[in-house]
Amino acid sequence: MALKFVPRATMAAASIALLTATFASGCSSDDGGNALDQNLTGRGPITYVEGKDTTETGVVKQLIDRWNAAHPNEQVTFKEQSADGTQQHDDLAEHFRAKQDGYDVVALDVKDTAEFAAKGWVQPLEGNFAIDTAPLLAPTVASATYNGKLYAAPKNTNGGLLYYRKDLVPNPPKTWSEMLGQCQVARDNNIGCYAGQLAPYEGLTVNTSEVINAFGGSFVGADGKTPTVNSPESKAGLKVLVDAYKNGDIPKEAITFKEGESASAFESGKLLFLRNWPYLYAQASADGSAVKDKFGVAPLPGDKGVGASTLGGYNAAISAFSKNKATAADFVRYLISEEAQQIIASGSLPSVRTSLYDDPALIAKMPYLPTLKESIASAVPRPVTPFYPAVSKAIQDNAYAALTGAKSVDDAVAGMQKGIETAGS
Amino acid sequence: MSDPSGAKQRGLALELRQSGKAWLFVAPVLVALAVVIGYPVFEAIWMSFSKDSGIDPATGMFVEGGSAGFSNYTHWLLQQCGSLNGMVSCPTGTLGSQFWSAVGITLFFTVVMVSIEALLGLGMAMVMGKTFRGRALLRAAVLIPWAIPTAVTARLWEFMFQYDGVVNRVLGTHILWTSDMWASRFAVVAADVWKTTPFMALLILAGLQVIPADVYEAAKVDGATAWQRFVHITLPLLKPALLVAVLFRTMDTLRIYDLPAIMTLGNPSTNTLSILVVEQVRQGPNSAAALSVITFLLVFAIAFILVKVLGANAVRTQEDQRKAN
Repeated sequence: MALKFVPRATMAAASIALLTATFASGCSSDDGGNALDQNLTGRGPITYVEGKDTTETGVVKQLIDRWNAAHPNEQVTFKEQSADGTQQHDDLAEHFRAKQDGYDVVALDVKDTAEFAAKGWVQPLEGNFAIDTAPLLAPTVASATYNGKLYAAPKNTNGGLLYYRKDLVPNPPKTWSEMLGQCQVARDNNIGCYAGQLAPYEGLTVNTSEVINAFGGSFVGADGKTPTVNSPESKAGLKVLVDAYKNGDIPKEAITFKEGESASAFESGKLLFLRNWPYLYAQASADGSAVKDKFGVAPLPGDKGVGASTLGGYNAAISAFSKNKATAADFVRYLISEEAQQIIASGSLPSVRTSLYDDPALIAKMPYLPTLKESIASAVPRPVTPFYPAVSKAIQDNAYAALTGAKSVDDAVAGMQKGIETAGS
Repeated sequence: MSDPSGAKQRGLALELRQSGKAWLFVAPVLVALAVVIGYPVFEAIWMSFSKDSGIDPATGMFVEGGSAGFSNYTHWLLQQCGSLNGMVSCPTGTLGSQFWSAVGITLFFTVVMVSIEALLGLGMAMVMGKTFRGRALLRAAVLIPWAIPTAVTARLWEFMFQYDGVVNRVLGTHILWTSDMWASRFAVVAADVWKTTPFMALLILAGLQVIPADVYEAAKVDGATAWQRFVHITLPLLKPALLVAVLFRTMDTLRIYDLPAIMTLGNPSTNTLSILVVEQVRQGPNSAAALSVITFLLVFAIAFILVKVLGANAVRTQEDQRKAN
């Protein structure tokens, strides 16, 4: 850096240029007062932000076209983000950190909702913004609730399913011990018995929390802060996963599986059981799949009965920096309406309205709906904490160490406890 | 060296310097540099001395953290983490606990990759320096790996190293190339060597081209063997070019992010400093700023050693060359 040779005048000029550049880049909200209390009654055009719409039917476009036809003065523009969950989070965080008013309604991954709420970036849905949560699935509402307040409307949900080869196993297993007892069938057919998503990423957190929740363990207490993971139940749950990996019931390569790899292993007929999301159903039923018409779905296995799925999905929230919050609130209510949820469900996205899971027309199209309803009814949201990234890292790093044999199960669970303790500091 | 035009130029430079007009001419560049380099650097340093926002237990909302002193730095260097029970040594599963292993892995990658690339690059440059039919085609072909974007290279190698990928099939092995500790490190090194050796080769080739042929002829007349010519002529005369190539690659490798991030993300045995920074940004930007500054100082120190001790010089001025000759 040749900065020490720069005379004062130049530095002054440079800093003035800098300051103007910084402020010209548009701090759109005046910093007088709290953004959460401003523009509460504003109406006008708004922007809706969501990750890449991968549905075959183009769900988001359908939703917005319908809304726009009915609200000529309050048009909604769709801002489509990338398909990558991490990038979606970072893009939203950047906009909110800069207090930009360009995003009015945003779709938050369930795991990010608490963080955005605690940072004061999204409106609590109370008073004029209250929504009717009665027709919605209870676990989805819990995923959008932070500190006793609702901060977003569940837009679509997601739960894990157990995919199984019905040509080899006529009756799907209900419990882990039942499932692993059927692994002989896999060995006889020379295929892997069970797999999930065990590569070291968010999917490993999901898989680990499912098995720990299934055996009665939990991660944080009701306050969302106190770590509760260091318990005999959690250890029993993780031990099942680790032992199955060590004795080969879970194939060796499963530790490299994310959703895609695990799906292609099942579709090419290399697995007897697979834990995955509902999206795989259509894919595995398509022509070209080796298991077409040979597989079924069941709720995830548990300790003594049905297990506990970890909840996925997205919640729609109103930006604190929006100029037209009244319109934004109406649009959020529209997203959870019967009409909008029908469109969402038709795009193979699991709806948040309980009633749609019994809709015969939808069941004809998506035979897994009754199973999914059962799975979501017993689902446990991921720890609702504003420090989710750190909590998730503590879970997945320790689970991975236990799977690879770098740590004992007891040490790994104790490590999760310690990691969650340091997450908020 | 006493050409009149050079003298005239020097006179002009002197005049400009005395009249202070020189500053006027470079001012726009300095302002541009201050904006695009100076401001972000100072911002990062300033951020690294502030605490990350934390939760106010009363409201459950985030509040600004205030001044941090050196606590963001001690967090990384001494592995101290705040916890519900006061300060504790960072437990595994926290980013803080991975700092020293990330430093070790980054240095390991740097030493191994740069050494292999320098040796292979030297060999390739020697071959490409020879005159033979199809030399132009070879030089163009060699550049292909360097021309492919790193993200694409990483994906290609990730596919090849998958459990049922081509590598395991060809070797007849069942190795988990993306999760086994040493296998994954090997996979990242292999991909980087494949990608970057051509770049090394071209830099070294440029150095080879400027060695005059008559030096070799004189040595041949004196009866020097090929090995002697290589050791006593090629290497000493190639040293400047070789060191520049090594300097560039060392600085690149110390910052390596994309290859390991795409090939083996999440695997603790290939977590480099840059990967740690990116993961930390999501958990606390100020602490990540401190880690960036530490990384910058490390890169700077190593580059400084290369320049001062080994005499690597990326910007050879005419004066240096005159002194050297």
